[in-house]
Amino acid sequence: MRSLTLESATEERPAAQERRLPRLHVKAFTGGAIVLVFILAGIFGPGLAPADPNKQELTAMLKAPQGIGSAHALGTDNLGRDILSRVIHGSRVSLMVAFAVVFVSGFIGISLGAISGYFGGKIDFTIQKLVEVVWAFPPLLLGITIMAFLGQGLFNLILALVAQRWIPYCRVVRGQTLSLRSRDFVTAAQCLGATHRQIITRHVIPNLIQTSLVIGTFAMASSIIAEASLSFLGVGVPPEIPTWGTMLADARIYISTAWWLPLFPGLCIFITVLGINLLGDALRDLLDPRLKRTGTGI
Amino acid sequence: MASYLVRRLAGTVPVLLLISLLVFLLIHAAPGDPTLLLLGEETNAAQVELAKQRWGLNQPLYIQYLKFLQSAAVGDFGRSFKYTEPVMRVIMSRLPATIELAVVAIIIATVLAIPLGVWAGSRPNSWIDNLGTTFGLFGISMPSFWLAIMLILLLAGILNILPTSGRSTYGVAGPAQTGFYILDSILQKNWRALWDGLTHIFLPALALGVNMLGILMRVTRSAILEVMNEDYVQTARAKGLQEKKVVWRHVTRNALIPVITVVGLELGTLLSGSIIVETVFSWPGSGSLLITALNARDYPLVTGLVMTYTAAFVSINLIIDGLYAVVDPRIRY
Repeated sequence: MRSLTLESATEERPAAQERRLPRLHVKAFTGGAIVLVFILAGIFGPGLAPADPNKQELTAMLKAPQGIGSAHALGTDNLGRDILSRVIHGSRVSLMVAFAVVFVSGFIGISLGAISGYFGGKIDFTIQKLVEVVWAFPPLLLGITIMAFLGQGLFNLILALVAQRWIPYCRVVRGQTLSLRSRDFVTAAQCLGATHRQIITRHVIPNLIQTSLVIGTFAMASSIIAEASLSFLGVGVPPEIPTWGTMLADARIYISTAWWLPLFPGLCIFITVLGINLLGDALRDLLDPRLKRTGTGI
Repeated sequence: MASYLVRRLAGTVPVLLLISLLVFLLIHAAPGDPTLLLLGEETNAAQVELAKQRWGLNQPLYIQYLKFLQSAAVGDFGRSFKYTEPVMRVIMSRLPATIELAVVAIIIATVLAIPLGVWAGSRPNSWIDNLGTTFGLFGISMPSFWLAIMLILLLAGILNILPTSGRSTYGVAGPAQTGFYILDSILQKNWRALWDGLTHIFLPALALGVNMLGILMRVTRSAILEVMNEDYVQTARAKGLQEKKVVWRHVTRNALIPVITVVGLELGTLLSGSIIVETVFSWPGSGSLLITALNARDYPLVTGLVMTYTAAFVSINLIIDGLYAVVDPRIRY
């Protein structure tokens, strides 16, 4: 989540430019399709899943994957629960947590960033000090600490993940607001007697949406991995809720005996994050190539 | 330059103070009584009272914090509840393992990522570029702990060629000198121990380094792409230099600055990534120590570890800032 730059095709040669657009489309399409599949799986999960994700079938423990059409296409875990059903249900919780984190941190980060950049002075100083303190924690460590002391649970998890994820929004938005503040349309609005609040919500924030969208995509990718990491360490989602992270945590002691236990949930995380990153790359190239220098990445 | 660094150094003091307060409050907001956890269920009130008195847990919170600050200033975080040893000693005994792991991870990542990035960036849209870009994307999207599990499964479980836990085979390593096993075995010319250490460290370091590898590769590629358009690159070509020399001598050296930034920033990610990778590989470093300490609600140890990690992170950022000037003489503070 701390990469400074993310690559993009910036070469200026005519030959390269000709090929740049199709490449962008391929990225956007592939990424979009992957993300869409998982979102649909998340929404329609309960209807799609062949079995109850928590139903234990003790006569069918640790069954290897049997292929499409059989009772347990992706096998069963140590309690005889159907892995396919758990993976599908897992996408629901994992994506819900990630979406919540992205929206809450986006809201906090954009608001604070816009306020910080618009008002400047003491307000700016205070908010930037806060940014500095929170950002001084190594990533994940703050999340682990919060979770360990507040206890497991979806709400705490979202809180722990938001704790640092609003920072990239705040930094980028502040920078942009600083330049927006002196633009003519803001001055015009001020002359017409608009309040600060009106100017920020009606004139400043709409101009920040595109950039924030790109930051949000990368925040989404990092949230999914962070949620899985915390759940894997046993300080994330409570163990009874199936998510990709808790499934991996359950699988830990069966690594050497049942390869399908860790394979499928991990593959889901990897493919989803890959799709989101592809989408983010394409979005950034399309909307704002300058963003690649602002530290919004993974 | 020196005054800049001093100013930056002074600026980190309030940040560290605020962090210590935050960590302290967070720990004390936690549910669950550490005394009960440590003494077990079978204790009477008098014993609990005695333990609280000994650890100073019955004093008001602000006094506990001030006491903590006073001793933290000299690196004393008190005694670990669990190990009944000074916190700093416990951390120091585990730190070399983590540093060793991180260093090997960085080496693996940079040695693979920079040539790949340079290669990809100097031939945009070629097959090597496409391969490199895909590789980079895979790298940043890979959850490192899942890669760790899969590596254990494949290389250790099925092929059975590499060890999957710990730092060395029992009895192979010589006496500890520096605490860094690989360095120790080289110093003692104990080649068997060196090989043993390398086989133990390879998988965890690879898993830990994979995200950095992806990011570095992407950053190197885009930095190279940018520099390739500079005038002096045209000049170098115009005077008839071989393309290889142009790329490695003129382009790569100028593209290194963002790459160094990212190595620095990723060091922090690496530090926290080590928490989870160490847990998977039972690597006896400070990361797995943190998880143990958290589960035991070992307040002093957790505080000490979080402060150590944060201080390390803050100083790394500081060092990286200083390094810019070394790499790029145009930058003056």
